Amino acid sequence: MSKILNPVKNAAVAGADSSRYRVVGVDGDRDIPTATASAACIIKASGLTKSYRKQNVVVPVLRGVDFQAEEKRITAIVGQSGSGKSTLLHLLGTLDQPDEGEIFFNGARIDNVSARERDHFRNTQLGMIFQFYHLLPELTLLENIMAPAMIRHGIFSYWKRRSELKERARELAAVVGLEHRLRHRPSQLSGGEMQRTAIARALILNPSLLLADEPTGNLDQETGTSILGLLQSLNEEHNLTIVMVTHDEYVASQCDALVRLKGGRVERLK
Amino acid sequence: MYKLLLCWRYLRTRWIALASIVSVMLGVATLVVVNSVMDGFTTLMQERMHGILSDLVVETRSTAGLSQPDWYSDRIRERLGDSVSGITTVVTLPAMMTFTVNGQSHTQQINLIGIDEATYASVSDFSKYLLHPDNQKQLDFLLKETGYDPSRESLQPAGWEHRRPNERLKKEFAKRQQEFRSELERYDELKRKIQEQQSEQKNENNLDTASDEAKSEINSLETDPLALAANSADAINSLRDSKPLSAPTGGGRSFDAETEQQIGIVLGIGLGCVRGRDQDNNVRDHFYLRPGDDVSVAFPNAGTPPKAIDKSFTVVDFYESKMSEYDATFAFVPLRSLQESRGMIDPQTGKGAVTSIQIKLKQGVDLAQARDILRSEFPPESLVIVNSWKDTQGPLLAAVALETTILNILLFMIIAVAGFGILATFFMIVVEKTRDIGVLKALGSPGSGIATIFLGYGVLLGTVGAGVGVVCGLLFVWKINEIARVIEFITGREVFDPTIYYFDKIPTIIHPAMLVWVSLGSVIIAVLASVLPAVRAARMHPVEALRYE
Repeated sequence: MSKILNPVKNAAVAGADSSRYRVVGVDGDRDIPTATASAACIIKASGLTKSYRKQNVVVPVLRGVDFQAEEKRITAIVGQSGSGKSTLLHLLGTLDQPDEGEIFFNGARIDNVSARERDHFRNTQLGMIFQFYHLLPELTLLENIMAPAMIRHGIFSYWKRRSELKERARELAAVVGLEHRLRHRPSQLSGGEMQRTAIARALILNPSLLLADEPTGNLDQETGTSILGLLQSLNEEHNLTIVMVTHDEYVASQCDALVRLKGGRVERLK
Repeated sequence: MYKLLLCWRYLRTRWIALASIVSVMLGVATLVVVNSVMDGFTTLMQERMHGILSDLVVETRSTAGLSQPDWYSDRIRERLGDSVSGITTVVTLPAMMTFTVNGQSHTQQINLIGIDEATYASVSDFSKYLLHPDNQKQLDFLLKETGYDPSRESLQPAGWEHRRPNERLKKEFAKRQQEFRSELERYDELKRKIQEQQSEQKNENNLDTASDEAKSEINSLETDPLALAANSADAINSLRDSKPLSAPTGGGRSFDAETEQQIGIVLGIGLGCVRGRDQDNNVRDHFYLRPGDDVSVAFPNAGTPPKAIDKSFTVVDFYESKMSEYDATFAFVPLRSLQESRGMIDPQTGKGAVTSIQIKLKQGVDLAQARDILRSEFPPESLVIVNSWKDTQGPLLAAVALETTILNILLFMIIAVAGFGILATFFMIVVEKTRDIGVLKALGSPGSGIATIFLGYGVLLGTVGAGVGVVCGLLFVWKINEIARVIEFITGREVFDPTIYYFDKIPTIIHPAMLVWVSLGSVIIAVLASVLPAVRAARMHPVEALRYE
């Protein structure tokens, strides 16, 4: 069981520079590695290969990719369609496992751990946003934001902390500018609002790393720019580390680091 | 927490789930109704059976019966001790009852039971099924003036009120018959005389010598209306052969049926009544025998080989246990008179033999255990049979129990079909929710958590379906008679024909345990049906799920 301390209010809303995303146990005895002020490498992958089998034909997607992302920076992964951007992101997010290669998160290998550990890692250390937002249509905006916290806590633990978690979800909704839409369902929100909700959901458990899979890909330019601005502000104001897949060169140019993939290999690093 | 929330939201937003709930609900409601009605039937039937049968019966098949019933009673009391609430001795034997209705003779096979009216009520509810309130208090085998269940119009008049005018009419008829017979005899005598004279005349070729007096006599007889009415040779012959309709005599003394009765007999109502419908389709009982009528019963005596004895009895009451098997065969007479008629009285001791000893146990005594104790006391080698009332009615009770079991199996198969409906619905929902499953996995939900959502959804569907089904079933049972009337009105057919089933309301009993196991069974089926879709959802690859279009 863990308890979320509340740095966001101080960090994101008040803009305090001491912000730091920490997740600790209920009894405070377990500190999970967190972003620090130094530009240390938070996630690192080496020699990643991944191929898919489609109708008895093996289709290689990644052919030995080395990757690393530094703390408090926004790293963009760009490339043409089919270059392996999303596959790399899924491997980094432990949604899939590489055929070969290794992935380290804060120095600990994460690609070969058990499914339960990977689930726990995704839940507590990562925030994920997708091109198509992927909100749960049966839940309200507030409940969607709280979904990772609900997954993290059992019924009794959640019930005990529900007011604290609700308060945090409301604060995050305010950060993304949706505090007035808390009871609305995803079907009642615009694309930009849904993506903002997804960002708030990704931040509910104070992740160390935010993985974004083409977060502006399904939005008009103005809304996309607004979402990008939000991510940048989170990065700048709260030192949130972001790895973002995009095919938009302008968006990529706004990032601190760039990895370009071509044909399943890293073509160029910025 | 998210599992519970999503289960609840899926239940509220997925209308397709309603079909699953309805199918479970219908299955559960049907099970509740069928079990309640079957339990009602069974309990009523058992009550009726047990009402007329004692708990335990120690019997012999010997024609002469048990010659020392007191010895047996003492042994029984010794072995069962305080468990015994009442003991009575009984003579039971097959017999043939004959009675006359509208001049026609009818014969009916019966079970003739000689009972000790002082003790028989202590072993069964026999007296509460009698029609006359005085007999319900204490049966005395005496005909009552009137008062035989006044609510039965078709039974009235009954008792002396019926017997007296009836016998007066019979007596009058017998008198007229006697007069007519005398006339016939006189006619035969004259006819014989004429024939003799005619034969003499033929012999002497002298017809003129025939007596004018005799001729005029014959002429007057032939014009007599009585003689004309009896013109048919067959009718006259049958009348000649018939015995006069005089009352039976007892001990040489003339028996006056108008003021006296034979030994009393209590008949099962089915022996003196047929149930049918009148022109307006109302159920009516037609009594062809009434209290006050005489019947003749032929039964074997206790000798070896047995010889048939024919004895007249007066119907003094009917009993109605509403078990057609009993009501249509059982006839009760005083034990002592039956023993005397059969020659079962020991001339030295004056004590009578019996064919069975009936025992009533106290409330809460283990019936099977008590039976086994007596069986060990009276082993089969002693040619004495010990049975409980459940053993006696074993095949019938077993048949009803089997019927209930088969119905339950069939109805649970209906719920199993509903379970397959849930399976199909859940597979559809899993496919529909593929992306959401991917999202939940991306957010860190383990496979077991995803499976729990769908298993929980199954539990919820089963619980809601079973809950609503139980409520609907209970409402149906509560208003079953009204519903039956509506069904009768719509279909024009009687749901429970009162001429077949001896009740005016459909008997129902609701056992809470039945509600629990029906609900639990339905929930288990719903959960089992959701296992496969849940496993499929749990095993879904998150990346493939997120990419699902």
